[in-house]
Parts: sequence; C-alpha cells; structure tokens
Amino acid sequence: MLKIEDLSITFNEGTPDEKKALQHIQLELKPGDFVTVIGSNGAGKSTLMNMISGALFPDVGIVEINGQNVTTLKEHKRAKKIGRVFQDPMAGTSPKMTIEENLAIAYARNKTRMLKPGANKKRRVLFKEELNRLHLGLENRLSAKVGLLSGGERQALSLLMATFTQPDILLLDEHTAALDPSRAELITSLTGEIVKETNLTTLMVTHNMQQALDLGNRLIMMDKGQIILDIDGAKKQALTIEKLLQEFKRIRGTDMDNDRAILG
Amino acid sequence: MFISMFNAVESGVIFAIMALGVYLSFRILDFPDLTVDGSFVTGAAVSALMIVNGMPTGVAILGALLAGFLAGSMTGLLNTKGKVNPLLSGILMMTALYSINLRIMGQSNIPLLNQETFFTQLRTIFDSLGINQFFDQGLAALGVENLPATYSALIIMLVVTFLIKFVTDYFLKTEIGLALRAIGDNEQMIRSFSANTDHLKVLGLGVSNGLVALAGGLYAQFTGFSDLNMGIGMIVIGLASVIIGESVVGTKTIGRTTLAVIVGAVIYRIVITLAIRSDFLDNGDTKLITALLVVLALVVPKVVETTKESNRKRKKRQILNQQVRRGA
Repeated sequence: MLKIEDLSITFNEGTPDEKKALQHIQLELKPGDFVTVIGSNGAGKSTLMNMISGALFPDVGIVEINGQNVTTLKEHKRAKKIGRVFQDPMAGTSPKMTIEENLAIAYARNKTRMLKPGANKKRRVLFKEELNRLHLGLENRLSAKVGLLSGGERQALSLLMATFTQPDILLLDEHTAALDPSRAELITSLTGEIVKETNLTTLMVTHNMQQALDLGNRLIMMDKGQIILDIDGAKKQALTIEKLLQEFKRIRGTDMDNDRAILG
Repeated sequence: MFISMFNAVESGVIFAIMALGVYLSFRILDFPDLTVDGSFVTGAAVSALMIVNGMPTGVAILGALLAGFLAGSMTGLLNTKGKVNPLLSGILMMTALYSINLRIMGQSNIPLLNQETFFTQLRTIFDSLGINQFFDQGLAALGVENLPATYSALIIMLVVTFLIKFVTDYFLKTEIGLALRAIGDNEQMIRSFSANTDHLKVLGLGVSNGLVALAGGLYAQFTGFSDLNMGIGMIVIGLASVIIGESVVGTKTIGRTTLAVIVGAVIYRIVITLAIRSDFLDNGDTKLITALLVVLALVVPKVVETTKESNRKRKKRQILNQQVRRGA
C-alpha cells in the first residue's frame, strides 16, 4: 500500500548546521498494516511523515502509494489518498466553523469540490452516524462551532475527519502527545477501534513507548535518520519497554538518551 | 434632513455590495486586500466607458464585475504564485490599477449626465408605473416636505444587494465555499483535506474584487460620473462597514454576518452624513470620522464585555461571601 525506497534528505547542506534528516529509508506497508514509529527527538520521524504527506520533498528516493509514484505530487493532490492527524489538537479542524461544516470539508476530500451545498440531509445522517462512534455526544451538537470544543474532543473529531472517507494511508503524528493523560487514553483507544473497524493502513509516530507497544501489528524504531529496528507479528506482541531499550543499546552501543520517550 | 438621510441610505445600500466584497477577503480569506481602492474605480471606469460607447446598462454592470474579478485574480496570483506578501500584493495591484484605470477611461473623469444609465431607466419605469407618485403621496401625508426624486434606486438596490447577500450565503456553504472559509481559519488543515489553496485564494480574491467593482460600476451610474480618484479610501470604508456591522448585528451565522455587513455600510453612510451636516465638521473630516467610527466599533464591545464580566464576578463574590458568613 505504501512503499518507500531509498529515501534521503539533508537539511542545510554544506553549512555547519548540516543535518542528514533521513538516510536511505526503506519501508513497505502491506494493506491493513498498522505500524507504530518510535525514536528520540531528531530521529527523523516527523520528517518521514512530512515526506509521505508531501509537505516536504526528498533529495532522492521514491514514495509510492497504492502502486502510484507520488514522489513529486503536491501535498493537496496527495491528500486525496492520505488522512492525517497532527500533534496540535487545533491543527486538524477549523475553529470558526461548525462540526457539521468541518465534517463536510473532510467529506469532500476525495471528491472534486463543486458549487453544491457541503451538507445535505443525506450527508447529515452519515455525519451523525460517524460522530456516534466517538461516544462524546457530538452527534447532537452538529451546529456547534468547533472552537468551543475541548482539546480532546477536537482531536477525536480530527481523527474521525481523517478516517471516515477511507484514505489509502492514515498518518498519525504524535496525535495524543498534547493531551492530558485521560484524554490521551481516550484518543488512543478510539484510534485502535477506528483503525480496526476500517482496516486502514496506518503509520503512527509516538513518543510513548507503551502506546507503540499496545497499538498496531508492527513497530519500527528510528535513530539519526535511519530505521534501526523493525519488528512485527508475534515478536512485537512479546515486546516490552525494557526489551526495546536493550535492543537500542545493542544496536547503537549507547543508552537511549530521551527521558520523554522512556517515561512518556 | 429627510432627503439627506434618504440619500445616505441609498448610497449605503450600493456601498454594501463593496463591503460584502471586502468581507470576503478580509474575514473569509483573512487577507487584507488593498486592491479594493483600485478595483472600485476599475468597475466605475469600465461601466462608464461601456455606457458612453452605447452598450446596454446591464452589460456595463456585468463588464464591471468581470474587470474586478480579473484585477482580484491578479492580486491572488501575485500572492500565491509570486509568493508576494498579501498586503504588498494588494498595494502593488492598487498602484498598477491607477494607471490602468486612466488608460481605460482615457481621461481622469467620464461624465454620464446626459447618458441613459441603469438608474435613469429604473426611474422611467417607476414613473410610468406610478410607484414614485404613490410613495410621494404617502410621505406628503406624513408631512415630509422635500421629497426624493425617485424611490426606484433605493428599492431596486435593496433587492439587488439582498440578492447578492443570499447568493453569497449560499456560496459560502457550498463545498468550494466551505474550503474558502477554512483557508482564513486553518490553512494547513484545508490543505490536508486536498484543497488547492492557491486556486481557491485566486478565486476568492477574484469574487471579492468582482463585487467591489460591481459596486463601483453601479455607483458611477448612480452618481452620473466615473472619476479616477473616487476609490481613494474605499478599503477603509469597507473595513469600517464590516467592523461596525459585526459589532451591531453580530456574527453568529454566515447569514447574520453578511446582513451585518450591509447594515454596517448603511450605518456608516448615515453617520458620515450626520457628521458633515453638523456646523463644526466638513467634508475634509470624513476620514477622521471614519477612523473614529472603526475605533469605537472595535473598543466599545470589548469594554461592554469586560464590564459585564467584572459585574458578574462581583455579584458572585458577594453571594459566596454571604454564604461563608452564614456558615460561620
């Protein structure tokens, strides 16, 4: 479903600030794969996400989605195939518009936008059904402005908006990191539910190792722009945080230097 | 007095179309677009030129709309494809339009006094139907002495302006309209939902300046001339209308906000007319009054809000204090 070949990018090349953000990344996701990505700050996780979504373009390498080479395709064109949830709960929704209008925007993702009303009777029924899945009572507040919702509610709505049009790939970029623990828990379990029901091919970046272990069928660890660990299936099931840290030490020869990643 | 108020409302309703255009760029796209000062005149120039050349008045109005759309699109292209800062793209386009407008008109002023315009045609129709006479009698019975020359301009412009309002309301709820509104609110988000923000901005600025030029074209036919300098300060008048209207009428829904813009445009005209009629102010003071109006519209609602809030807190404190005392 997603195929990344030999992807590399260097920022500020030729200056003292030169940074090899990604080096020869190879990654292939099968349909229905749910891959969690962990790694310390600066490991290249977000750069990889931005490269897949088209916010950044690689120096070399190829990105393929569902068999189509999208390496040079602009962000908004690629977005027809990609659902995204950002770290900032404010980033995925439009605060001055109503819940219904936000969903209507998401609904039009994989269509050509026309001069017909964004929300009609039929779509409203669909929106309510979808909102129902969040168990937050939002289905009764279709005409409430999204700016009035709490961070957790907004992130839940963002998650729904990113997924309910069945994109080829779902990108989750530390989407629970900015929430308080109980809300983060809620979004985490919603993520698990929705991905399971819709069987979306998903790539989730997280700082929270426990979350990376709990969710998904495959785990990759990144460090210094490289994928250093790729575990799936039964082996992932047996993983623990201690084992992950030991693995990191075995591969890199040093301790993982990020408290946030360990405790998070 | 009655007659000058009548004229204020009349031109206010025409200026409301311009204010709706400003609302589209300023509020919906969050793009402070100074093209308006130029595109208003472009509309007036094109419509005057077409009338002088014997075109039907309706065609002249559509011509103005189209010319404004082109001007706005250029500003949009400068900003999106040329990556020029929004304010600067507007200023550049406004400057360029000054010369373009002079080229269109060929001279700095085109009088339409002896030409048939949209409004002279309306007046003839209203006269022949006896509508003007009907209102004249009604007002005379109420004791009004100086009667307006015609009611046709006001009535038809109300119809036209509200028609534009309803079309705008509908447009802003379509799939394209929703995407436009999201641009001014959260651009990253709407791009992640596959909208081409560059194209949408060009379209939005085109429509915005199309409305501004439409108002310019109508205003030229209404006053009977097109002048190279008639657009100076137009953006501030538009902003004033939007801000005054929003603080008086509110912004709860799109329909309410566009109504607010129209009301704001009329209030603005009325206040300016009243101010100029007073003994100690004259025409030169209108800019100062405009600035003061905008400041008032921005500051007063804030002050009212904070006073309400502090009153609420004081009451709450009193109640709590009493409860504490009773408990002790």
